[in-house]
Amino acid sequence: MTILVAGTTAPEFTLHSTPDQSVALKEFRGRNVILAFYPADWSPVCSDQLALYNELLDEFARLNAQLLAISVDGVWSHAALARERKFHFPLLSDFEPKGEVARAYGAYDAEHGVAGRALFVIDGDGVICWSYLSPMGVNPGAAGIIKALEALPSNNIQKTLPADTAQETA
Amino acid sequence: MMLHEDSILAVPVAAHDHIQGNAHAVVTLVEYGDFQCPACGMAYPLVKQLQHRYAGNLRFVFRHFPLAQAHPYATLAAELAEAAAVEGRFWAMHDWLYEHQEEWAPYGGAGLEAGVRALGLDEQALAATLRSPGIDAHIRRDFMGGVRSGVNGTPSFYVNGYLYQGDFDTLVHAIGRVIARQS
Repeated sequence: MTILVAGTTAPEFTLHSTPDQSVALKEFRGRNVILAFYPADWSPVCSDQLALYNELLDEFARLNAQLLAISVDGVWSHAALARERKFHFPLLSDFEPKGEVARAYGAYDAEHGVAGRALFVIDGDGVICWSYLSPMGVNPGAAGIIKALEALPSNNIQKTLPADTAQETA
Repeated sequence: MMLHEDSILAVPVAAHDHIQGNAHAVVTLVEYGDFQCPACGMAYPLVKQLQHRYAGNLRFVFRHFPLAQAHPYATLAAELAEAAAVEGRFWAMHDWLYEHQEEWAPYGGAGLEAGVRALGLDEQALAATLRSPGIDAHIRRDFMGGVRSGVNGTPSFYVNGYLYQGDFDTLVHAIGRVIARQS
């Protein structure tokens, strides 16, 4: 699996987030986007990558970023997962044609028929500025995402970090 | 052990941390934990066994990583532990929260009151401490330090500054090997 790298224009897509709503990447022009491809809904919660990101939505917002999570699961599975886990971000369904968006980003695992654990940070101009592919069984956490967002010229760290955190990293 | 730059403890152990054991121990084990997390509850007695087994060779540090959306009372429990810490009772509350997790977790604040009584803490003083902004600042600082260190779920363990990705049995062996090499 070779995922798209920094400097590449992010492929456009429109995917269903619920049975009657869809989300297009281009709606987020002017804001940063975190694309988190993941293999499947319903992994155990304590070690769940999305449960961690769900706790970081304020932090992502502070860095002017919207999280979009994508798997090949259907919209009803996504809806049940979002309700059960209290997820406050869109879960997009790369369901038909299966894995088409994951393929466009080089993040489709054809052997297992699922998206790999690939992360992309896309800037306000729609250009990928960071990407990372984690081994399938390894939850990549959020350190790389936060660093990539803070490195964006549009996110002036001194202005956006709360005082106590700024001291720690100085 | 996964050696990736995003899996290294970003915030060194310091005086404001909750620390048990010998300051000059060969191994420092840092846990990022959530008091309402069942997996952390299962790890709790195993950490105690480790501390007993390696005694003076192991220093243990606990940092807060409440997954508040998944575990609605995790933050309150963390606040309670911090308030107990002001009275010098952090570890007593830490132990109570994990030993009685199944009893208090379904009842939230009402369930946690049993811990306050069990430790004999002054409820009024505790209530005042819980409102102080320093409590939440400490928890938030622990949490974001964990995120920057690559914490990816709870519990996450760091052995001498490196995130340990594996099951608990192999963690025990990894710690044993580091100690054997140094002594």
